[in-house]
Amino acid sequence: MREAAEAERFERMILPHLDAAYNLARWLTRNNHDAEDVVQEACMRAQKFFGGFHGDDGRAWLIKIVRNTCYTWLERNRPRTAEIDFDEDKHSEANPGAGPLSEAQRREEQSLIHRALERLNPEYREAIVLRDLDGFSYKEIADIAGVPLGTVMSRIARAREQLEKALAGHKSEETNREM
Amino acid sequence: MKCDELADWIHPFVDGELDLARGQAIEQHLEACAACRAAVDKIQNLKRALAEPPHYYRAPETLHDRVRASLRSNSRKRAEKHDIPWRSLAIAASFVCVAVLSWGTFQRSRSPSADERIAQQIVASHVRSLMLPGRDVDVASSDQHTVKPWFNGRLTFAPPVKKLDDANFELIGGRLDFLDRQKVAALVYKRRAHVINLFVWPTADPFASPPRTLKMDGYSIVHWSDGDLTFWAVSDLNEGELREFVDLIGK
Repeated sequence: MREAAEAERFERMILPHLDAAYNLARWLTRNNHDAEDVVQEACMRAQKFFGGFHGDDGRAWLIKIVRNTCYTWLERNRPRTAEIDFDEDKHSEANPGAGPLSEAQRREEQSLIHRALERLNPEYREAIVLRDLDGFSYKEIADIAGVPLGTVMSRIARAREQLEKALAGHKSEETNREM
Repeated sequence: MKCDELADWIHPFVDGELDLARGQAIEQHLEACAACRAAVDKIQNLKRALAEPPHYYRAPETLHDRVRASLRSNSRKRAEKHDIPWRSLAIAASFVCVAVLSWGTFQRSRSPSADERIAQQIVASHVRSLMLPGRDVDVASSDQHTVKPWFNGRLTFAPPVKKLDDANFELIGGRLDFLDRQKVAALVYKRRAHVINLFVWPTADPFASPPRTLKMDGYSIVHWSDGDLTFWAVSDLNEGELREFVDLIGK
């Protein structure tokens, strides 16, 4: 049956990217419940329009639908309060390039970056999430966000500058405290 | 390459997005410039920090199950309804040149000539509806609760019907029409002596697009998509007032 083959093609091309879908939805909606609802709705829309998708890479196509569904969702529904869901117990590999930071210091820095990323405005946040967490290329991000390549470049640059500022601000607080 | 020029390209360089020539020019500069090397290191450290596991939200197992279940039940429902795009394409192919051309790929956006082709049909339908008596509406009513349900059973989608009397756009009624190789809804409004035809049909791709205006044969046309439905409004009303109408419909 053609339908069974299409359904199987859909599951194969799209379901493996559920993590990337949830990651972006969670960073944009800022809570688990809404992120799950958005991903489910986006997957249903993807299934509805899958007949029109003839590319090889389902990941960027699905993520674009997720992104659009997020923004529609955010406009339509009052967002629930943002959950600060930073899981400090998640094991993280020691950064080989880092200096001799204590475990506590490293955890604190991670928590700082996490919060700083949460505080970026949505366009900057989504650019960093797509680039540095999910590894999309600039061109893919331009397609997903519907903006020119130059805009992607400047959003990434500004987002990183703001993240650095947040980290630097904390570090100077630290040194002041030590002094 | 100088330091300030490098600063313009430092992020795409670290992200591996630069062409060979520029990349090599930067690498050469870095060999001799400690300040720029430090700037590059800073960005690389930030990227490494962002790549750490606590920042990545994996989909919970329950979500995997939920999505798989709803996809399977949806595809079963659609198989039962015989409402599957590829099946209706196969059937349509035996009658008319199939609408496969309108299913764009992810990369290809709809070409201006496809928009023009639709615009021509829009104008033709608009003019015909004005020329012949009784050709403008199949259901004549200014009550949206009469017009909207009229489309049930006549179309596979439900067009939104709004009453805009307060803004001076009178709802005249609705009719079925045939455009871009499919059955569409036409909603008719009037302001002063000017008729507006608003055509609505399901989109070919799931991406919303903002309103775009074009003019054809002296008529103003505005079209947009909300990701589910595509809307085309045509009138001899001036562009500014037509845009006013479009804003009210889009809310």
